[in-house]
Amino acid sequence: MAAAVIEAHDVSLTFQTADLPVFALANINLVVEEGEFVSFIGPSGCGKTTLLRVIADLETATQGTLTVNGMSAGDARLARSYGYVFQAPALYPWRNVERNVALPLEVMGLDDRQGRTQRNIDLVNLTGFEKKFPWQLSGGMQQRVSIARALAFDPKLLLMDEPFGALDEIVRDKLNQQLLDLWNRTNKTVVFVTHSIPEAVFLSTKIVVMSPRPGRIIDVIDTQFPRSRTLDIRETPEFLKVAHRVREGLKAGHSYDD
Amino acid sequence: MMTERSQHVWPVLTICAVILVGWYLAAIPMNHVVTETRIAEAGGGLYNTLALSWNHDRPVLPAPHQVVAEIWKSVFMVAPWKVKSLIYHLWVTLSSTLVGFVLGTALGIVLAIGIVHVLSLEKSLMPWIIASQTIPILAIAPMLIVVLGKTGLPDIFTKASISTYLCFFPVAIGMVKGLRSPDTLQLDLMRTYNASPSQVLWKLRFPASLPFLFAALKVSVAIALTGAIVAELPTGAVAGIGARLLQSSYYGQTLQIWATLFVAAFAAAALVWSLGVVERESLKRMGAVP
Repeated sequence: MAAAVIEAHDVSLTFQTADLPVFALANINLVVEEGEFVSFIGPSGCGKTTLLRVIADLETATQGTLTVNGMSAGDARLARSYGYVFQAPALYPWRNVERNVALPLEVMGLDDRQGRTQRNIDLVNLTGFEKKFPWQLSGGMQQRVSIARALAFDPKLLLMDEPFGALDEIVRDKLNQQLLDLWNRTNKTVVFVTHSIPEAVFLSTKIVVMSPRPGRIIDVIDTQFPRSRTLDIRETPEFLKVAHRVREGLKAGHSYDD
Repeated sequence: MMTERSQHVWPVLTICAVILVGWYLAAIPMNHVVTETRIAEAGGGLYNTLALSWNHDRPVLPAPHQVVAEIWKSVFMVAPWKVKSLIYHLWVTLSSTLVGFVLGTALGIVLAIGIVHVLSLEKSLMPWIIASQTIPILAIAPMLIVVLGKTGLPDIFTKASISTYLCFFPVAIGMVKGLRSPDTLQLDLMRTYNASPSQVLWKLRFPASLPFLFAALKVSVAIALTGAIVAELPTGAVAGIGARLLQSSYYGQTLQIWATLFVAAFAAAALVWSLGVVERESLKRMGAVP
């Protein structure tokens, strides 16, 4: 069995607000193994982004233990264990593509900046756009720059928060395929937040179905698709079966109620 | 068909023409006190009224061409190191303006960096910063200059202190806003890299604040010049735009006053314009949308 990259035991997070406490996460138990592609799926407000931010130490759990690479989430962040891709590209507008991708390398003081930057720009198919500024790129290209930036310092763990949520379906399909190829080649561990059932089923080796109020895990589904797959698998009965089970899970968590 | 340039030029020219006509007309009644007897002696009439109202050597309101002639005389016809040269006076004032501007900008930036990083500084400093600007500069300038004059600082710093006092304020306020302008995701990104506060400052907060800085600098360079002129009034300064204005008003030299005022205004415009050029060039290099 592969080593556990992320282990969560009984993790809860409660936000204290002026009137009532908000139970963002309640009793989360989860293991993510090395090389897995894990998706968190659920309606808005189910805590999927919050869980990802707890893993990244951008939020702190109020209860339970969570380890990343055997360390606490805080130590893992200090050890620069993961690359994070946000919902929006969050590029720095005064830096061109090349310098945006090089940003983590500058901050971390890593060498071979030029080589690493170029390799990752090539990896996301943006060769030739090195000198362009963010406003000169389409939304999909900007998000690819942010993926190259997250990969630039070669973290073994990639945390992605609805990276393609703002893109149209055609671009999204293409980027899903590219992301899968990348994962297949590099054997990184990916944790991916989405609210799209086809996206979750297509990309993942493990799908974590979540539900709101309180944010909790309803179902964990392991998929059996080959590591290298194409968009065609979306028409197979196996794909539809998994998608159905995800939908059933969401329904059981009252995600479709008003 | 009008080109884009001429579309800008015509409104400006029209306004200038209206002002000039109004000015010439106003000069006739305004100068009536000093020209009345002369017009009567010359036999009255429209020609004499206009000729004498617009060419008096000590008019209440000089006509525009008289101001232009005075500027020409005191800028181009005198060697720039002579006391009669406006360039000489302008240089004296500009040098303390620039010293004050640089010091004030530095002070404003340092204050803003402190305020953004230390929460208690905002609460403790902000009321003082705002209060400092509610005091009329004319009230505080003489005291500041007397106190600083006792410290043995070179004169230029004493004068520049008024400019510093005035221009740190817009810089501090603008930079606090600018340094806080990065959004949550841009800041979270730095956090995921475990970046140090100084890396966050230099790689994120400072570049993000530059548009705010330039807006503040344009305001502060103009008031720095005003500050330098005001600083020359209570010091008994013998050189500088302020000193020249004071002397001219003692001796009733209205032509000199107007010429000096216009030269000061041109200098302020030139300072703001050159900052605008620096701004455009810097932001262009930083990938601003043209």
